[in-house]
Amino acid sequence: MSAAPLEARELRKTYGELVAVDDVTLTVSPGDVYGYLGPNGAGKTTSLRMMLGLIRPTGGEVRLFGQDPIDDPVAALAGVAGFVEEPAFYPYLSGRQNLEMLATLDGGNGSRIDELLRLVDLHHRAGDRVRGYSHGMRQRLGLAGALLRGPRLLLLDEPTTGLDPAGMRDMRALVRRLAADGITILLSTHLMSEVEQLCNRLAIIQLGRIRYEGALADLLARSDGRYRLDATDASRAADICRAIGGIRDVATDDGYVRFAAGPDAAATVSLRLAEAGIGVRALVPGGRSLEELFFEITEGEER
Amino acid sequence: MTGRAYAWEVRKLAAQRRTYLGLGAAVIAPIVLVVAIEVRPPQPTDPGSPFFLRYAVDSGLAVPLLMLLFASVWLFPLVAALVAGDIVAAEDGNRTLKTILTRSAGRSAIFAAKVGAAFTYVLAALLVMVATSILAGGIASGFDPLPTFSTVVSPSRALLLIAGSFAVYSLPALAIAAVAVLLSTVSRNSAGAVVGTLLAALLMQLTQIIPVLDSDAAQRWMLTAQLQAWQALFRTPLDWGPVVHAAYISLVYAVPALIVAWIHFLRRDVAG
Repeated sequence: MSAAPLEARELRKTYGELVAVDDVTLTVSPGDVYGYLGPNGAGKTTSLRMMLGLIRPTGGEVRLFGQDPIDDPVAALAGVAGFVEEPAFYPYLSGRQNLEMLATLDGGNGSRIDELLRLVDLHHRAGDRVRGYSHGMRQRLGLAGALLRGPRLLLLDEPTTGLDPAGMRDMRALVRRLAADGITILLSTHLMSEVEQLCNRLAIIQLGRIRYEGALADLLARSDGRYRLDATDASRAADICRAIGGIRDVATDDGYVRFAAGPDAAATVSLRLAEAGIGVRALVPGGRSLEELFFEITEGEER
Repeated sequence: MTGRAYAWEVRKLAAQRRTYLGLGAAVIAPIVLVVAIEVRPPQPTDPGSPFFLRYAVDSGLAVPLLMLLFASVWLFPLVAALVAGDIVAAEDGNRTLKTILTRSAGRSAIFAAKVGAAFTYVLAALLVMVATSILAGGIASGFDPLPTFSTVVSPSRALLLIAGSFAVYSLPALAIAAVAVLLSTVSRNSAGAVVGTLLAALLMQLTQIIPVLDSDAAQRWMLTAQLQAWQALFRTPLDWGPVVHAAYISLVYAVPALIVAWIHFLRRDVAG
């Protein structure tokens, strides 16, 4: 069996007393669009730096297609590309010259540069110095630089951060297209919507530790049997729900009532509320979003 | 891979303004010297002036040697430090190390390319300075026979000796660049590496006026003292001793500096 594109085992990085990454274990399988989700400062970028062989782990190990990026970075990074934090280029060289240099360092001739510049919509500004590029243009140039290697595994660190809405939409469409072309992608992000839109699997990291690792569908399935009720009197509606047999975990949140119930018990709710003279604006199944699940996991409590 | 990475390092230097500061100084300094000599010609009988200055009016071929003499004090260490002190630290400044170290070139290849480019720049600046000196001096005072410490040599022989001086001078100059590369790699700060290199060169020269350190035994170990070794070529019979010693001392400084810098570069975290 061929090695997984990316495996991290008990990965740890400390800076003196500070533990930046603590016991991170995850596996990215071929074809995954893998979300690496966590708030700013959770340890995502430090993890990615270790995955790309840029910094040495204090403990644990990384394997890229079975190879260690610290022991033999050139071999391990064959077929791997990406960027960490904001892609950085030489400001005094043009976008095209920067890509030509990267192609040289890859041992290639840069024959795909024009194609990639068109793909990321930078062909009109390719001759300009990177000094004058906007943040979004640098992000797109970073993606072009990564794709220049013809990667089988792409590691992207917050690729949509700082982009305007249209830029974010275009970048996500591009990631979707690359995934459809068969490139395995690890997408580090703090945006839950990005994970929901793009990823099939994810790891949730907080304070350097993995809180969840698995399929996105499995995580969202935790919402099965849950409902969100929008009623004209949330407080009384919650009391009525608590009195109905088969309804559990009743809570009010932001003017909504949330509870867990079977389909029959949920149907009873609307009847009882009508009898009590309380209007039902909405009774929606699957009430918890990824965002709510994320907070539930990272804060270790129901909201 | 190192060769292709080296070619790009040279292209990167060619695209940066600071490269031309050093090369510009290498062009302007000899011209200023020649103009100064024209405006106020030195007297051959003045015992206080440097040997070759006394004869700069007689032969323009004395000018490149005067430049090697004057440049030793601070000009050439500064020219070397400007680029060699920046060559690794600039990657930290631009945060581009992560960009180039995640490609198919290993860290050793990148480091070797950077050292090669820094050395190329030092040799180019030196060549520009010597060539400008020969031209400016020759135009102002003529390509006449050159008095040396022992005799007077023909213009063609003088040019040969100037080429030899360039080669001998380049050894400690490259060692200074190696020290600058070390400071650039370890400090990760361009300004710190440039100033640190210059300071080290000036401190070594200051030892000439400090008791005990001013002894011949101590001065033999100073890298900056080797910048004067080329003068041995102008004595008859030719004494290779100072030249060999300069090569040896240059290696004593350059090799450990480059090894430490290389190991640091190989092992460092790229966190910026």
